[in-house]
Amino acid sequence: MAEISKEQVKHVANLARLSLTDEEVETFTQQLGDIINYAELLNELDTGDVKPTTHVLDLKNVMRKDEPKEWIKKEDALKNAPDEQDGQFRVPSILE
Amino acid sequence: MSNFETIIGLEVHVELKTASKIFSPAPNAFGSEPNSNINPIDLGYPGVLPVLNEEAVNYAMKAAMALNCEIATDTKFDRKNYFYPDNPKAYQISQFDQPIGENGWIEIEVNGEKKRIGITRLHLEEDAGKLTHGEYGYSYVDYNRQGTPLVEIVSEPDIRTPEEAYAYLEKLKNIIQYTGVSDCKMEEGSLRCDANISIRPVGQEAFGTKAELKNLNSFSFVQKGLEFEEKRQRDVLLNGGEILQETRRYDEQTKETILMRVKEGSDDYRYFPEPDLVPLYIDNEWKERIRAEIPELPDARQKRYVKELDLPAYDAGVLTSTIEMSDFFEEAIEAGADAKQASNWLMGEVSAYMNKQQVEIQDLKMTPAALAKMIKLIEDGTISSKMAKKVFAELVENGGEPEKIVKEKGLVQISDEGQLREIITGILDANEQSIIDYKDGKDRALGFLVGQTMKATKGQANPPMVNKIILEEINKR
Amino acid sequence: MSLFDYTLKELQEKLHNKEITVSELVEASYDRINEVDGEVKAFLTLNEEEAKKQAKELDEKLSDDASILYGMPIGIKDNIVTKGLRTTAASQILDNLNDPLYDATVVQKLNAENAINIGKLNMDEFAMGSSNENSSYENTRNPWNTDYVPGGSSGGSAAAVAAGEVLFSLGSDTGGSIRQPAAFCGVVGMKPTYGLVSRFGLIAFASSLDQIGPITRTVEDNAYLLQAIVGHDNMDSTSANVEIPNYSDALKQDVKGLRIAVPKEYLQEGVDPEVKEAVLSALKQYEELGATWEEVSLPHSKYAVAAYYLLAASEASANLARFDGVRYGKRTEKKVDMVDMFKESRAEGFGDEVKRRIMLGTFALSSGYYDAYYKKAQKVRTLIKNDFEKIFADFDVVVGPTTPTPAYKIGEKIDDPLTMYTDDVLTTPVNLAGLPGMSIPCGFSSAGLPIGLQIIARPFDEATIYRTAYAYEQATDHHKKRPNLGGDK
Repeated sequence: MAEISKEQVKHVANLARLSLTDEEVETFTQQLGDIINYAELLNELDTGDVKPTTHVLDLKNVMRKDEPKEWIKKEDALKNAPDEQDGQFRVPSILE
Repeated sequence: MSNFETIIGLEVHVELKTASKIFSPAPNAFGSEPNSNINPIDLGYPGVLPVLNEEAVNYAMKAAMALNCEIATDTKFDRKNYFYPDNPKAYQISQFDQPIGENGWIEIEVNGEKKRIGITRLHLEEDAGKLTHGEYGYSYVDYNRQGTPLVEIVSEPDIRTPEEAYAYLEKLKNIIQYTGVSDCKMEEGSLRCDANISIRPVGQEAFGTKAELKNLNSFSFVQKGLEFEEKRQRDVLLNGGEILQETRRYDEQTKETILMRVKEGSDDYRYFPEPDLVPLYIDNEWKERIRAEIPELPDARQKRYVKELDLPAYDAGVLTSTIEMSDFFEEAIEAGADAKQASNWLMGEVSAYMNKQQVEIQDLKMTPAALAKMIKLIEDGTISSKMAKKVFAELVENGGEPEKIVKEKGLVQISDEGQLREIITGILDANEQSIIDYKDGKDRALGFLVGQTMKATKGQANPPMVNKIILEEINKR
Repeated sequence: MSLFDYTLKELQEKLHNKEITVSELVEASYDRINEVDGEVKAFLTLNEEEAKKQAKELDEKLSDDASILYGMPIGIKDNIVTKGLRTTAASQILDNLNDPLYDATVVQKLNAENAINIGKLNMDEFAMGSSNENSSYENTRNPWNTDYVPGGSSGGSAAAVAAGEVLFSLGSDTGGSIRQPAAFCGVVGMKPTYGLVSRFGLIAFASSLDQIGPITRTVEDNAYLLQAIVGHDNMDSTSANVEIPNYSDALKQDVKGLRIAVPKEYLQEGVDPEVKEAVLSALKQYEELGATWEEVSLPHSKYAVAAYYLLAASEASANLARFDGVRYGKRTEKKVDMVDMFKESRAEGFGDEVKRRIMLGTFALSSGYYDAYYKKAQKVRTLIKNDFEKIFADFDVVVGPTTPTPAYKIGEKIDDPLTMYTDDVLTTPVNLAGLPGMSIPCGFSSAGLPIGLQIIARPFDEATIYRTAYAYEQATDHHKKRPNLGGDK
């Protein structure tokens, strides 16, 4: 039986940059545990020789020529910015 | 102190100068207004998809080949996940387990000793935007750099001294510049370096705990930072302390490394294959096509200069130390300059001028053809070496044609034997005492007579010829 | 005039015969929305002003060689970006994205055909869900009974078509998100072969599984709409460069000699008896039409849901990481530093199901678990793909139910995510294998809720699906039934 601890849930939430309430930690610990347990079903299968599938289509070497193209207007870059100043996106600094 | 051995590995990032970005068709340019060279792909807008720029792959292959790497036949891209404002998708498209190049090496020379430094891998990825820290608790993001094609070159931990690290970087930069895939300008960030350093007691096989050095903004700061760090780690160990796995920042003012953070375990980047990009299959035909495009590299050029042009190994090394210098030299020879003379000028006056003015050879007003012409004027006696210095001074400052400068400045040497003999006869007639002194063994008298002749010709007389004629005329008397 | 009663071809004819105008069509669409969307809640954002303006222009320049989609009112799922028109993926984190700056490739194609975008359709947030209960806005209702879910995640797309608010719509399907709501709402929904329709401009959920597809009332309309949106796109590296057949050529009432495989795993326990009954009678219908069917086995079917959720959640955890409050979308109002700005903005902006899947995916990719979960799931994906390849060596199509049950009541399963996941057992294998799959109406439950028949074919063989679906549809009347809504009551 796979188990997920609250500590693991908190660690994963930090990796995913999600702030969770204590209650959410509680719920997710339970629910993720259930889902992971269900996923243990896959261990019934011996996949030793099986190649993993990343892409269903067998495409290779899809590339474009090195040609710059105009697309959006300069002022559109910041159109949806939550905060901006002097043509740059503004964010709170990181606390050292 | 000598009972410790230093282990250094370098991670170098080099931006490739393609016309457009690696996964978006936005222009790849340095120095534009903030957030002007971008499109929704660079901004990580919802729904956008990456499409690989073929030239970025070609450039990465070229760099990898020049660094003697094996080129992968099957390669792919992966997502490296981490949050930071300059990383718009919160994952960087990079290469994890199938880098485009592996198992390369370059040869460095330190204190006359040659040494091979291994290159573990070279992989292709996208550069991030630029985060600037401002006042009042705010930082600012400019995404112009986002999506610039980047190669990361990781060395083996083969480097043993900060000096070797410096030599490795110089050589790496030189080779990459020769391939033409990057400018490698540290001041513009098109070449960046992080260093890993640890020390261990001599004879111990296991590596010590390493520190990672960041903010190394020039090759000499890399060397200085490593020197400081080498000493710091020794002091810690000799005082019974423990080296922690740290990230440290080099401070240019204090010339010290400063702790940024202690690493606990390794970062969890959750790499997985990029589902939006399909794998690359690089067949031999493709590899050979790129291999054929690689120009002659510095080591090969150096050997050729020694073998075919008869230059001393040292000179050949200096001349090939940057592609700009080497190309200048090649063009001067092409224009008819004697190799040894061209080499002397480049290593002497030209380098001195560049050092003094802090300019690069490509910024000089003097063209390789002009240098070649000037050398010819010296050879055929039109100007003296002394005059050549004046011509050179004019050439580097303002450019132009050497013949024209010579004419305008009235620098033409008097090499007409009859004309000189007439002047010299007059001077000898007026200075009979000097002839007597000379014949009495006073060599200084000859110098005086030469000086008088130069004065009479306003310095334009051909000095060897003056010497010769004075002696001939004295002997006649 | 009700849009409701005509097919695309019939409407085109009326348009060219001057019996109707584009403006009247668009007007009719908005009238119907005004009439019933208060109940159905299919739309998140309307494009009314722009659509009416466009309709006027199209009325002026109608010509004989106009495209088949000319002036036709369409609804677009809200995870498909539309330049100048709010696009939210039904998430609070994009609530203020009033202009995503560009048009998705499919939208560009529809514009080029002069179809008219009526508005953006409700969905489960970021396409994560099968009931539309995960929309951060209102819950779309099933037009056949508004106490029931419309299915999801393209619940708005299916409900709007079933309710006659638009002629047709675009949805997206990652693990059944077109087929399942099409089944629940009694309409025709096609998930094309992976790579047939460009994903450029589709807000990514799981990049290796997502496909955009058409939802329509009839099989014929579906073929026409698919035709308009397929094709190689050099903005999507995973877009296939294949020859595109003329799908409407496949619409013949002829399935003689068609070999149908029916996986026994698709009719096993867990499948509602009424659903099973409807599927078996459809198979009987096919026999009458001259096709043959045989029971086969897709032995790895029971692993599909687990593999699917691990892979989809893993990809999603990266795809949804860009919503960080820096360049667009929601940023927390709290005065916090950079790291907490990320955490709080995302905590405030994402709903529970999205958070759950981001957590699951982050876990499955994290150090020490990658091989056991993510990579294992990729290997199982290979086995599932191989299962289908074996069957398609001997059969033309695979047929079964689209969903184990008809639509359920709103709120019935919301507290039990795992059960909701396992309901996707019949649709997820198709995405894992990258195959085309379609749901068409094949009857009604005793409660009067539609039941869907799923038809699956070889990669890029959408034409055979259309042929199979069309023959059945023309031989039955299910598609002619209409829900009672608004003035219909």
